Amino acid sequence: MAYISLPEGLPGIRGPMAFRPETAKHLNELAEVLLRSENSLSRGERELIATYVSYLNDCFFCQNAHGGLAQHYLQCDMAYIDLVKVDFQSTDLSPKIKALLPIAASVQKGGKHVTPEQIEYARHVGATDLEIHDTVLIAAAFCMFNRYVDGLGTWAPQDRNIYVERAKWRADEGYVNFDLYK
Amino acid sequence: MHLHMPHIALPEGLAGIRGLLAFRPDMTNPLRGFMEILMRGENSLTRGERELIATYVSHLNDCLFCKSSHGATAEYYLQCDIGFIEQVKSNYQSAGISDKMKALLTIAASVQRGGRNVSAEEVQAAKDVGATDYEVHDTVLIAAAFCMFNRYVDGLDTWAPDDLEFYRKGVKERAEAGYANYDPYR
Repeated sequence: MAYISLPEGLPGIRGPMAFRPETAKHLNELAEVLLRSENSLSRGERELIATYVSYLNDCFFCQNAHGGLAQHYLQCDMAYIDLVKVDFQSTDLSPKIKALLPIAASVQKGGKHVTPEQIEYARHVGATDLEIHDTVLIAAAFCMFNRYVDGLGTWAPQDRNIYVERAKWRADEGYVNFDLYK
Repeated sequence: MHLHMPHIALPEGLAGIRGLLAFRPDMTNPLRGFMEILMRGENSLTRGERELIATYVSHLNDCLFCKSSHGATAEYYLQCDIGFIEQVKSNYQSAGISDKMKALLTIAASVQRGGRNVSAEEVQAAKDVGATDYEVHDTVLIAAAFCMFNRYVDGLDTWAPDDLEFYRKGVKERAEAGYANYDPYR
């Protein structure tokens, strides 16, 4: 049971978004620009940053919804996504993403945790200012989305495969036009 | 003149989130549209009360720019002095705010630590003193949103003046113009 009376049958963020469509509209526009629009970071890389931060915030719904999307875009399996969460340094991710994920992890702890050394290293392995900016904003945005979802006590399906199944058409649909009731 | 160097090369002379939005204008529209509805739209929580929640969460996150700018905006709407804002930050239970606001600030503080820290008891306590589902929802979303804005502003190490007068200057004009027309260069 969520802490407030949300429209029934909608898991995770879909309940609060259906409850308050006025704010949902802008939140979805933000997600669209941040995670899907033209960018030198691929959609898969951006969803992976979102997944990692949601994992650090222990938000089951977000880490699986975005983990499913990352898995879809990166054409990998769930074990790979899980390995990124617990030990991304041991994966075959690019050095650039391996340098951006620690910045995201610092943002998750709090903005002041990001160090000049982390930034310098990310630049050294090829990250641009725009990529550093977007990594910080994606990580910060998921510190919002995760709190929104869990702070209202929403429910989430426990079968992780459901999220992977949904990811295919969620990826086609995008964030702006998606139907909360579907 | 200031010599502060943010983590990335931002347009000069723009404090806090202004430099960031000037750097990345694609983000400006969704963020300012969101803020306009959340902080200024039709609501049973006054604009002053919502700015106070934003200020309190920004204080807990130790974000100088956000706590100062939203503190100045709260001060403007509530027609109070800085002593009142300071008291809310340091001990809101003893401040001259409604029981409903005290209960909502407790929820906001839990959200700041992490969404899973909010308890059914805290929400029930807020409802017992008159908070509606909408007010609980908006409190959680405002608190969550400032966990984003604070991290955005500090995560890129933007410049923020210490002097409160910097934030008070033009606050009336900015408050009246609203967030929908937010111009990072103004």
